[in-house]
Amino acid sequence: MAKAELMDFDKALELFEPVLGFEVHVELSTQTKMFSDAPNPAFGGHEITEPNTAITPVCLGLPGSLPVVNETAVRYSISLGLALGCQIAPTSRFARKNYFYPDLAKNYQISQYDEPIAFEGMLEVELEDGTLVQVPIERAHMEEDAGKLTHVGGSTGRIQGAEYSLVDYNRAGVPLVEIVTKPIYGAEHRAPELAKAYVSTIRDIVRALGISEARMERGNLRCDANVSLRPRGQAALGTRTETKNVNSLRSVERAVRYEIQRQAAILAKGGTITQETRHWHEDTGATSPGRPKSDADDYRYFPEPDLLPVAPTPQLIAELRVALPEAPAARRRRLKEEWGFSDLEFRDVVNSGLLVEVTDTVAAGASPQQARKWWTGEIARIANAQNAEPAALISPAHVAEIVALVESGSLNDRLARQVVEGVIAGEGSPADVVSARGLEVVSDDGALIAAVDAALAQQPDVLEKIRDGKVQAAGAVIGAVMKAMGGKADAARVRELVLERAAQ
Amino acid sequence: MSEITPERVAHLAMLARIALTDDEIEKLTGELGAIVDSVAKVQEVATPEVAATSHPIPLTGGMRPDVPGQTLTTEQALAGAPDHDGSRFRVTAILGEEQ
Repeated sequence: MAKAELMDFDKALELFEPVLGFEVHVELSTQTKMFSDAPNPAFGGHEITEPNTAITPVCLGLPGSLPVVNETAVRYSISLGLALGCQIAPTSRFARKNYFYPDLAKNYQISQYDEPIAFEGMLEVELEDGTLVQVPIERAHMEEDAGKLTHVGGSTGRIQGAEYSLVDYNRAGVPLVEIVTKPIYGAEHRAPELAKAYVSTIRDIVRALGISEARMERGNLRCDANVSLRPRGQAALGTRTETKNVNSLRSVERAVRYEIQRQAAILAKGGTITQETRHWHEDTGATSPGRPKSDADDYRYFPEPDLLPVAPTPQLIAELRVALPEAPAARRRRLKEEWGFSDLEFRDVVNSGLLVEVTDTVAAGASPQQARKWWTGEIARIANAQNAEPAALISPAHVAEIVALVESGSLNDRLARQVVEGVIAGEGSPADVVSARGLEVVSDDGALIAAVDAALAQQPDVLEKIRDGKVQAAGAVIGAVMKAMGGKADAARVRELVLERAAQ
Repeated sequence: MSEITPERVAHLAMLARIALTDDEIEKLTGELGAIVDSVAKVQEVATPEVAATSHPIPLTGGMRPDVPGQTLTTEQALAGAPDHDGSRFRVTAILGEEQ
């Protein structure tokens, strides 16, 4: 639907109530896959680049191979369930979800159906202005990820025109937890914002638990957003669409907003919404129809005969419950206090989705204010320009290193920005960039004094003013010196020297 | 009375990607109906005292530690493939999508 055909967002909200639902897939960062001892590409330490090298007969569903459950994946899943406020099932079962598509060689995905490991939870999500929203969680279940298809040939490069497809099964069998919410009512005009905040909260939780790399741009965390509208005053839910392929926090927000506007435009003209999956297109900021949504019946779920039920002991559940990190909302309250941030400063960090980055940067030795300044300033600016997540561009350790260089006087802010740019461009560590680009500030007073004297000699009128006590006039000389030094000087030190030399 | 109708058989055939003729659908409607009816007899003797089970032996667990093992080489992985490009399986472009 063209932008012009969409209904104005406020108008849509006047006529309809949006109801949301989310399915978030989290790739667990275990060493091995869910049902096979193949190395897990979603584990941070594994560099797997060649197709079909992280696979075993189980990943390929070869005859005679049998799945065996990864104990750590189960522990991670229970921890996540507990963090979502869920009950943990004393016994839960795996089920086969049957479908024919070559992303899994077995022709079924091992998932959980009517007996998920975790169910009936509640997650507290904080909106930008600090409003807390309770999101009801239906279930969190364990399953395996599918392989990756590349469609080749055809005019459009899309599947409809493809001549054949190439399959890489490295991702097949990566442990996933799928978190499904109940319908979320009452978000109203904040529905897009809630969508973003919800996914961001899940990301914070899985990172705090240390159970996923949670890199959305790498597909470690994927969100399907369900949106339906119902006319004001109507009790029955409207037909929903499920938008897939939403792989950044910003996209989640935009996709929900778009679907509300699109569905409202159709409904207002007396049309009907087709129940279907839709694809989000980052470039056009629109969704397009995918396949009609299959009924659960069509997957012919049945209990997986090759696996035993999972029955965690009460002791294990208790142990994992004790080890849970603070809930995100409580943690935020604590950090805000520890860092001494104003409401505005703290919200700025949270709303930029940079809480983890700032926390890690502080842990790496930077002052909270400096960590905040760099992440929400220069790094966020570059990320925005590149349409990337800030966390994907630079590591907290490197940011802390840059902050340390600024604080020790080796870099001024202008040079530090160039170092940030260099690190992001892949030129190595901050130290590498400083030496390769020759960015260190000139701390040799001799060179500075020569430049100061030259600048003062060129601007005798300014020199007079300074001598007359008009200290603010020094700005012109400082500017000239900074320019002469190619910006590689500490402006505060230059100012001192200007005043000192002028007085002589 | 069986829940199996010709429409249902045709739908299942589509899901299973099996092309059936009308004659086959008719024949299978009767055969599958008989199987479903037979299995349904179990329902008659089911009692609330016996929990439904998917496994004859009441075992749980059977998990493995999270330690990487031996993987296949690319050559081994592709050895049984009808077609490949040297590192990936080559399959007919299929109309459909990731689930």
